[in-house]
Amino acid sequence: MNIIPIEYYLVLSAFMFAVGITGVLIRKNAIVVFMCIELMLNSANLALVTFSSYLGNAAGQVFVFFVMTVAAAESAVGLAIIIAIFRNKLTVNIDEINIFKW
Amino acid sequence: MQDFYNILPLILVASGIVISVVIEILSDNSEKILPWFSALVLLSASVYSIMLMNNTGTIFNGMLATGGNVYIFHFIFTIGAMLIILGSIDYIKKYGSYFGEYYILILNAVLGMMIMASARDLFMVFIGLELMSICFYVLAGINRKKLNANEASLKYVLLGAFASGFVVYGIALIYGTAQTTSIDKIIAGFVPLSHNILFITGLFLFLVGFSFKIAAFPFHQWVPDVYQGSATTISGLMSTGGKAAAFSVLIILLSAVAPSNANVFRPYFAVIATLSMIYGSIVAISQNNLKRMLAYSSIAHAGYMSIGLASGNYESIAGIIFYLAAYTFMNIGAFIVISMIEGENDSKLQLSDYVGLNAKNPKLAALMALFMFALSGLPPFAGFFGKYYVFISAIEANLTWLAIVGVISSVISVYFYLRVIVLMYFKEPETSVAVHNSNYGVLAAVISALFVIVFGLFPGTLLDLITSFLK
Amino acid sequence: MSKIVNPSVEYPANTWPLLFYGAAVLILAGIMVGLSYILGQRHEDKDTNTPFESGMKVTGSARLRFSVHFYLVAMFFVIFDLEAVFVVAWAIAFNELGWTGYIGVIIFIGVLTAVLVYEWRIGALDFGPNGKKILKAQKEFK
Repeated sequence: MNIIPIEYYLVLSAFMFAVGITGVLIRKNAIVVFMCIELMLNSANLALVTFSSYLGNAAGQVFVFFVMTVAAAESAVGLAIIIAIFRNKLTVNIDEINIFKW
Repeated sequence: MQDFYNILPLILVASGIVISVVIEILSDNSEKILPWFSALVLLSASVYSIMLMNNTGTIFNGMLATGGNVYIFHFIFTIGAMLIILGSIDYIKKYGSYFGEYYILILNAVLGMMIMASARDLFMVFIGLELMSICFYVLAGINRKKLNANEASLKYVLLGAFASGFVVYGIALIYGTAQTTSIDKIIAGFVPLSHNILFITGLFLFLVGFSFKIAAFPFHQWVPDVYQGSATTISGLMSTGGKAAAFSVLIILLSAVAPSNANVFRPYFAVIATLSMIYGSIVAISQNNLKRMLAYSSIAHAGYMSIGLASGNYESIAGIIFYLAAYTFMNIGAFIVISMIEGENDSKLQLSDYVGLNAKNPKLAALMALFMFALSGLPPFAGFFGKYYVFISAIEANLTWLAIVGVISSVISVYFYLRVIVLMYFKEPETSVAVHNSNYGVLAAVISALFVIVFGLFPGTLLDLITSFLK
Repeated sequence: MSKIVNPSVEYPANTWPLLFYGAAVLILAGIMVGLSYILGQRHEDKDTNTPFESGMKVTGSARLRFSVHFYLVAMFFVIFDLEAVFVVAWAIAFNELGWTGYIGVIIFIGVLTAVLVYEWRIGALDFGPNGKKILKAQKEFK
């Protein structure tokens, strides 16, 4: 089934990673920023699975499990923090969360 | 079974976490039991990490390393966290987060740091890093009613997760080109791999992610806000344990290039070292909030330690480990003293609140003066020898200009550390409100002061120990 | 694979209905949007930009605030769901891992159980309004 060359997957994953970084840097909504971070982690997952499949080495796929679990834990904590800040301040716009200067 | 005996410090902390959760389930006043239980767990883990220090080797198919310098790091983490727990007993009542979970999270963060220091596989590095970071995100915002803490924790979680994204993508690229995740195998095949552009990109992304965690200059933006907004004791743990754990991973990476002179990271680390030292020292001068000042000083200290990473020889690795041991105890001590002086609702953190402290509470003033002397790097204390060893290693690696920049920025930093001492001793207090201290907090500060003095008077003992493990 | 289907020959025969369908969708959507653009009226009144609610004036935001419990349960589901991945990975290699793997997975599930009991104990799994609390408050009110 080696129809699609490895470069295609890697370019797609690099593109997803770049979109994630750009999103984190330019978006103002904390939840959207969080989604962009998840996109970065998932682009790494795609690269790991690609390498793992092309090298015939299962370690990369096992690592993807761990990355997924960690991403779930991180988003649970992150969203809980966003809820806490929304209850106190009624906004999730990171430009308005500025007691300390960024 | 020998394997399990060799990682007893890790097992002790891990089982301590599960037992703490059970205590939290069963008991209604767990916040009174858990500090003592977790301090006991950490103390026994630190005792075992000294006892097992000579059992060097790797276990679990080369996933974790035991003994040697790894256990020196374990000792630093566990004793540091134990001092933080002693300092927290009275502080978290005042701070308004009197929960048992606070201690469970600290234990979890310490476990993450220990896994990071032990890791000989990129997977374990990642798992340890995330275990530590996620616990710190929660601990930074442990009081969910405080807007300051919320904001600190949001900034920390956003930028920390961003850095983790870099680390994971870097690991993916390294795995793809080196075809393995075992750090020892990557180091063995390092020279041919270093011509592969994808491998170097992966390594660079990995380094960028860790530069966030050590709070070096271009990636430092979260540090002042997070240290100022979090609970003071937690800032103490983040600035010492978290930084030491990230450095422990960078040191393993550095040992790949230490024997040869082919240090491909030298330009990168030299640049971030220069920028963080100068930026940290200069901006700290203009700060009035003591926690924020220490945050900028922590950026500067990350710069001094990065000098060692740039020189990349065995002397510099030993110097960094010594520096981290010294920095951990002096910074934890300083944060614990600040936590005792701090009032309700984040008050009494300004420099003006320290005016005439000697008249109000001479005990605290003396401790604070000692930690400020040590942090500024004046001779009889541990901080001096930390800087000294790192600068010497830079000169040996033909990086004399970097050592000179380091000395200049140390001279600048003496100003803002000594300003605190001048305010405490040579100014009359404006108000005569007494400053109360907590007995446990003073105990923790005294223990860290003892470590600072002992490392300062007998620096050779620790340094010889570290060097003997490097060979 | 290439023996069964030769792409260069089969390509037009196999895919023209799909291409035609796609083109038809695009053309139809284009006609609908274009016609309404040409024929529709344009005006700028007070309520033009408010959401349409049966011709009535807007009576508040369309955004509802859900109880935080929905979120909490969703988060527990995501986390416990992902732990199943590790148990499945163990189950696939059950014979190879032997007793060592069995003990490992027992410890893993034991930790998960402790955490589940902890969640139960702090009341994170209580749904909806607490009946006993309301009755108690009512008694005190009388």
